[in-house]
Amino acid sequence: MNRDDFPILNSGVIYFDNGATTFKPKCVVEAVKAYYEDYTANAHRGDYDNSLRVDKMYEEVRNKVRNLINAEKDEEIVYTKGTTESINMVVFGYLAKKLKKGDEVLLSKSEHASNVLPWIILQEKIGIVIKYIPLREDFSLNDDLIEDMINEKTKVISLAHVTNVIGDVRNLQKIGDICKKHNLLFIVDAAQSIGHLKVDVQECNVSFLAFSAHKMLGPTGIGVLYGKYDLLKEMDPLTYGGGMNAFFEADCSYELKDVPWKFEAGTQNIAGVIGMGRAIDYILEIGFDKIHQHEMKLKNLAIQELKKIPNIKIYNEKTESGIVTFNIDKVFSQDTAVFLNRFKIAVRSGNHCAKILKDEIGITNTCRASFYLYNTEEEVMALVAALKRQDEVYDHII
Amino acid sequence: MDMDEKMKRDIILEHYQSPFHKGIDVEENYIKVNSRNASCVDNINVAALIEDGIIIDARFEGDACAICTSATSVMIKTLIGKTLPEAEEIITNFENMINEKDYDSSKLGELNVYDTVYRQPNRKTCALLPFRAMRDIISRKND
Ligand SMILES: Cc1ncc(COP(=O)(O)O)c(C=O)c1O
Repeated sequence: MNRDDFPILNSGVIYFDNGATTFKPKCVVEAVKAYYEDYTANAHRGDYDNSLRVDKMYEEVRNKVRNLINAEKDEEIVYTKGTTESINMVVFGYLAKKLKKGDEVLLSKSEHASNVLPWIILQEKIGIVIKYIPLREDFSLNDDLIEDMINEKTKVISLAHVTNVIGDVRNLQKIGDICKKHNLLFIVDAAQSIGHLKVDVQECNVSFLAFSAHKMLGPTGIGVLYGKYDLLKEMDPLTYGGGMNAFFEADCSYELKDVPWKFEAGTQNIAGVIGMGRAIDYILEIGFDKIHQHEMKLKNLAIQELKKIPNIKIYNEKTESGIVTFNIDKVFSQDTAVFLNRFKIAVRSGNHCAKILKDEIGITNTCRASFYLYNTEEEVMALVAALKRQDEVYDHII
Repeated sequence: MDMDEKMKRDIILEHYQSPFHKGIDVEENYIKVNSRNASCVDNINVAALIEDGIIIDARFEGDACAICTSATSVMIKTLIGKTLPEAEEIITNFENMINEKDYDSSKLGELNVYDTVYRQPNRKTCALLPFRAMRDIISRKND
């Protein structure tokens, strides 16, 4: 749907790497361009027209994000570089001072590097204990086992809403209720879900939520950290400088600005914020129901057709998101991806930054086709047709 | 050396599907290193036994694409029996070939089958990976 809004599609590329980043609709590019061409100014700095206009836009987008995820206040929305930075801010700006040696954090083995490595570093620094919630046979999270893992040492559950390799959708409501009952912090990595599914931070009792605009039709280098107001109040910034202080003096006294500005030191990615705001509008104009239905139609078609081809192994038949993870038997995933590139089909190969998932699925590398609203059934059939020619893989890639 | 494309492909495929000296089950006097590319798709271990300045034996293991696996196999086959200076010369020539610099193809033997890899920039690191491992092994031996 909406293919005319994406000029990049005119090149004929069949883009199935939306899990890595999405294409940008014209309106987003134009919003960014307008800032650069028509009203460039820094934010919070001037009394002239363009600066005031920028300030207004910059703060309005906070409100758009708040509505998108149903936060309680605009002030709960912090601009960041993206998911990775957001999670690091929580781990090192908040949990590094709140957690103690022996405190337990529950993750899963299908988390992205950005929701594992910061915890590993924290473990190294202060001796927290990382535990992994088991996966089911189909590699989805076994949320029935979470409560059994909780004891008086458990303080945090940190999980992706949708995982980037398997694409399983976690039941945030259920996990949020568990966190509420046991008084745990609930951190959600919404990188793979934010442009695809409705997220409601209040209903799901989410303490912190992280996402990136570039995976939801927006610009790169901009994203969001949502945090409950009281938690953000207690969180320390990781960067200090202009724009985030109320005052500082030669005698070393200082005061930081309030939440969220105390986390936004230095000139921010203003063009990014404006582009992200436009991307949010665009997605909401279409609606999450329509986007999700479209992705599931494509996924179901892909599964149905790929199953008919011999030697194709599918790892995530049943997941409720537009991600299909597969391999051609005995062919290295990167070779498959390079082969598909000959047909102008872009898929991702490798371990998708989920390096510990291999312990569970017993295979290090896979190919991932991730669909989005502008993909079509014809494109899925082109993937199927290419994979039917698997005997030719080496003729094409060597 | 001039080989037609089909012949090159057959050699590469042969080394990919039946690699030479794949599987590391070696004694302690082997030097073993890991080599992987930045995107961590290819991931190999290379082990070599070097005595009196000669590469007596080498083996490898790991998960890697057709180019990387086969290049490791051909490299090992080529380097066994060579002195360290000979091996370094071969490695340098191979790296130069892949990086589109001047090189002496007469030093490379079967490794010449990779002389068109430069056309696929994203495969260069795959071909170079085992050579990086071998350089590492040689420099450890020289230390
Ligand atoms: C589940 C998940 N978490 C986190 C990230 C990191 O996002 P970013 O690179 O935009 O910080 C990604 C992106 O690949 C992801 O898929």
